[in-house]
Amino acid sequence: MNRKTKEIFIKYLFLLFALVSIIVLGLIVFSLFREGLPLFSTVAVHDFLFGLEWYPTYDPPSFGIFPLIVGSLIVTAIATLISVPLGVLAAVYISEIAPQRVKEILKSAIELLAGLPSVVLGFFGMVIIAPWLQETFDLPTGLNIINASIILAVMAIPTISSISEDALYAVPREFKEASYALGATKFETIAKVIVPAALSGISTAIMLGMARAIGETMVVLMVAGGAAAIPESLFDSVRPMPASIAAEMGETPFRSAHYQALFATGIVLFLLTLAFNLIADYVSHRFRQTGSATL
Amino acid sequence: MKTSEAAGVRLMRRRYLKQTIFFTLVRASALLIVLALGGVLFHIFYHGISAISWEFITRPPTDSMTKGGILPAILGTIYLTVGAIAVGLPLGIASAIYLTEYAKQGRVIRLIKVGINCLAGVPSVVFGLFGLGFFVIFLGFGSSILSGSLTLGFLILPTIIGAAEEALKGVPQTFREASLSLGVSKWQTIYRIVLPNALPGILTGSILGIGRAAGETAPIMFTAAAYFTAKLPGSIFDEVMALPYHIYVLATAGTHIEATRPIQFGTVLVLVAVVLGIDLVAIVIRGYMRRNKRW
Amino acid sequence: MAANDIIRIHRVNFYYGAVRALTDISMQFEKNKVTALIGPSGCGKSTLLRLLNRMNDLIDGTRVEGEILFEGRNIYAPQVDPVEIRRKIGMVFQKPNPFPKTIYNNITYGPRLNGVSAADLPGLVEQSLRQAVLWDEVKDILDKSAMNLSGGQQQRLCIARALAMKPDVLLMDEPTSALDPISTAKIEELVEELKRHYTIIIVTHNMQQAARISDQTAFFYLGNLIEYNKTEKIFTKPDVKQTEDYITGRFG
Repeated sequence: MNRKTKEIFIKYLFLLFALVSIIVLGLIVFSLFREGLPLFSTVAVHDFLFGLEWYPTYDPPSFGIFPLIVGSLIVTAIATLISVPLGVLAAVYISEIAPQRVKEILKSAIELLAGLPSVVLGFFGMVIIAPWLQETFDLPTGLNIINASIILAVMAIPTISSISEDALYAVPREFKEASYALGATKFETIAKVIVPAALSGISTAIMLGMARAIGETMVVLMVAGGAAAIPESLFDSVRPMPASIAAEMGETPFRSAHYQALFATGIVLFLLTLAFNLIADYVSHRFRQTGSATL
Repeated sequence: MKTSEAAGVRLMRRRYLKQTIFFTLVRASALLIVLALGGVLFHIFYHGISAISWEFITRPPTDSMTKGGILPAILGTIYLTVGAIAVGLPLGIASAIYLTEYAKQGRVIRLIKVGINCLAGVPSVVFGLFGLGFFVIFLGFGSSILSGSLTLGFLILPTIIGAAEEALKGVPQTFREASLSLGVSKWQTIYRIVLPNALPGILTGSILGIGRAAGETAPIMFTAAAYFTAKLPGSIFDEVMALPYHIYVLATAGTHIEATRPIQFGTVLVLVAVVLGIDLVAIVIRGYMRRNKRW
Repeated sequence: MAANDIIRIHRVNFYYGAVRALTDISMQFEKNKVTALIGPSGCGKSTLLRLLNRMNDLIDGTRVEGEILFEGRNIYAPQVDPVEIRRKIGMVFQKPNPFPKTIYNNITYGPRLNGVSAADLPGLVEQSLRQAVLWDEVKDILDKSAMNLSGGQQQRLCIARALAMKPDVLLMDEPTSALDPISTAKIEELVEELKRHYTIIIVTHNMQQAARISDQTAFFYLGNLIEYNKTEKIFTKPDVKQTEDYITGRFG
């Protein structure tokens, strides 16, 4: 083999390695569908997605995951409401306002927060926050929507803040200088020039933060309470999709209808997060910050 | 004249008042994030430290896991993490080499990047289902260190690709040009010049992914983790105990949840110390490297 | 004359994407001579230099038309291996770019990968460093990192590194633009010395430098070769008005 063919061979070998991510993505789809799709020979798709009753172990069982979907969406929505202002404001603080030392400490803190294992935060919510909520608000249980949302928000903040910070950091200096030169205050410059210029990056950050929250498992498994019913208040328990999968997979017979239903729930969860990620990807490319062209 | 001057002063005051309010909000957000991290760490340390002893980390559990230590879980986590590195690191570096050194801008690279982003967004519980459906069942590896390591390895793949890409891009283009201009082939240039110079960056960046592998629970629940094992694992086809799963089990299952609280906190403290210890090392090394950059 | 040409460029066009950077260039480079390429920034002189050892291959979306013959062979023919070409045509860059290795390993990096036996390496290192007039300064610190050398020493190390490959041609892309005047003078002396064994093609911004060290000078403007002649002629009685304007500092 002469050198030129060897070089070409190496190049294609590396292409193959680079394709592994896509192959794995394909294998994920393959595995989920292989184990999950057989469910739909006995249960209609519509009944599965919009059925209000999740009684997988009853006789006859019913596999309606609508309460689980609602559970996932509601904890994600509230976690987003909490984490977006905190995460974005912290990013603004880091990139525009904080002195160097504070900035480094804060960035490390956010990185460590991102590094906390989810089971640890779930444990914290269960053992520290739940009893406190229960006593303070005189609730039947502290394992509920609001507790899960708070913990999920804590998990989403590092994603939102670090990606937003990158976007803010990428805003060209000239914009800021132009604004200051016109006599704008720092706040006005941030609110009217810097944040608008970084908006696509911040949107991407929010989408990815939400994707993180919706797919997070241990927190909702340990803290959301586990009730598979449509909630009526923020202090009700819910059973988001990941919690249901993680809790029940260990106890269900291999390739039973229940087992297949859990895989099918996995498909729904996968497609939902995939949609979030693709939107985030689209936003970040479609509205890519290209200097002054975005303003 | 006088009145308009007064109006101007009032306007300025109002503009600065807005700025002050905004800055207060921003600082409060940053503070809240630090407090959240501090609060979690404080509680874990405060409640966990009393459980920690030499016996606790060097003995197996006894009396139906109500007493004794957590050695098998510590070892299991180490095995799984090392296995995940063995899978994720070479694949991740190879992918990044293709993306930074070989790929030309275009459809293929765009597709691969979207794939990597989507893989990064796959929920951990879906990784668990994938591991179960593919490695445990389809490939017949059973619930084992092997299945768990492969699942975790693919989970951290996007993180490692990202870290490696950044480190490879950080190697000055002039090094590549110098090597190629000496009549050295592209592959040898990558192998002899680019890779050695990027390696410290790749490793520190990857450590953050490695910390994540050590702390994940959902992906190993159905692929590797055992509730309890009587002996330490003897081969990669054995099930293992693992710290995150052990926490989950002690905190949610069994009849002695309240009685084993100290052990739970102790196990959480050990896990946090391991994961954040790994992250902290990475952060410190990275800071050191940035300050002492040679090019 | 023709027999003495080592490189012949025939009707070359070069494109970055849709932008044409070089238009219909034809010229020859004589063996064991120093040829200077001059012209204002963006005139295409560096682009042309990088075409000669196929360094532009590294840039996405570029395209070459025409022929560049090195010792009678078109280096852009499909079966030609650019690695082979670069062994014979060495290059020195604008900014000194030693590898973060020891001085010794910087020199031996190329030869070792091209199969020079370990026993020959110490001799080769000394010879190359002597040729680059760096030996006396570094002979006691060969095992120290090249990054600790001064800018001028680093650039001479890069020249030595290129010479260690025993190339036929040495391309120099503004080799002194990042250096102080004393280092610049040393490198100019060195070029004078080297042309006895090597063909040197040098891109420079500095017209005095071109006048001092080159035998032939080519003036480029907006991607066109405006005038190519003996250096003396170019700097005293150029044929083209544009060349005269540039040389006398009326533009550029």
